[in-house]
Amino acid sequence: MKLFASLLLCLWMPMALATGMTVPKLDIGKGGQCVEDAQWMRKNHMDLLKHQRDDTVHKGVRNTKHSLKGCIECHASTLDDSVTARADSFCVACHRYESVKIDCFECHSDKRKSAWLQRNAK
Amino acid sequence: MSEIDLRRRSFFKTSMGAAAVAIAPGILLFDTAHGKPPAGDGKVRWGMLIDATQCREGCSDCVTACNKENGLPGGTSATAVQWIRKVEIKEVSTGRKMSLPMMCQHCEKPPCVDVCPTGASFKRHDGIVLVDRHLCIGCRYCMMACPYKARSFVHEPVTDQNPDVPRGKGTVESCTLCVHRIDNGQQPACAESCTNKAILFGDLNDPDSDIFRKIRSVASVQLRADLRLNTGIRYQGL
Repeated sequence: MKLFASLLLCLWMPMALATGMTVPKLDIGKGGQCVEDAQWMRKNHMDLLKHQRDDTVHKGVRNTKHSLKGCIECHASTLDDSVTARADSFCVACHRYESVKIDCFECHSDKRKSAWLQRNAK
Repeated sequence: MSEIDLRRRSFFKTSMGAAAVAIAPGILLFDTAHGKPPAGDGKVRWGMLIDATQCREGCSDCVTACNKENGLPGGTSATAVQWIRKVEIKEVSTGRKMSLPMMCQHCEKPPCVDVCPTGASFKRHDGIVLVDRHLCIGCRYCMMACPYKARSFVHEPVTDQNPDVPRGKGTVESCTLCVHRIDNGQQPACAESCTNKAILFGDLNDPDSDIFRKIRSVASVQLRADLRLNTGIRYQGL
């Protein structure tokens, strides 16, 4: 009986998780081929960004594939050119779901460069 | 000295020697520390020569260009962010007036870097003095240390930054010599915008550059040369 109960629990748990929980739905922007495997990126993007940031600020290494600007270029929404503007924006959706605060955009622009240029052309 | 000590010593010597032997051609088991690898080859030193005789009184094209390029709000109040500003000077005895732009002088021995408690204020290998705002805690020691009053503190929240020029509240900032443009092979915005070509930008160490030739043919000065900071910005005609 005990064994049956635990078996039932084991089967029931993943089912409940699969049906009951809402996974974040993202606006991935243009998307396309990411610089690394998507699942790997979900886990490790923060380390890449941190490494790239030090290389850029101190050594002037720009335009490599792991830059924050590169992320934004592909993943900013096609509607508002932003990765943070809405609840389902690329960065916000997951970070809100996981309750992890992002500090990047206190200083960094969350917009595509092309969008910024368009607005500041005058 | 006892025999045991001698044997210990020879054991260390042989093991050190074995470790230093290459595991494969060109690859050593251990290597001496080299410090941080340089940005570029460390031979470049970016600088400017500002011809004060060509700088027009009342003209602020360089300031406008800087504000636009770096997304600064402009303004000249005590708390406003100013990376470059126009200064009018007058010699009291003769009444001779001059007008010139002032900004971070990109010193070879920057006092702002000496005083920074977190290592946020630093000098790149090509001579550009910057603030790493990931490390800046906003203590403003560097603002006190700078003899040129070149640094500003960001008091207000910032929105709509240039994607190439991140900046935000609570950190100190100053002229970056438009580092994002230099890294892409362009000139700083102020040098490009000057209609009188009063700002000459280039590599102070490159014998083929215009600025190298000019600082050797015309008299130029460093501001507060008495401090012996060896500034990267030089002035002509003061």
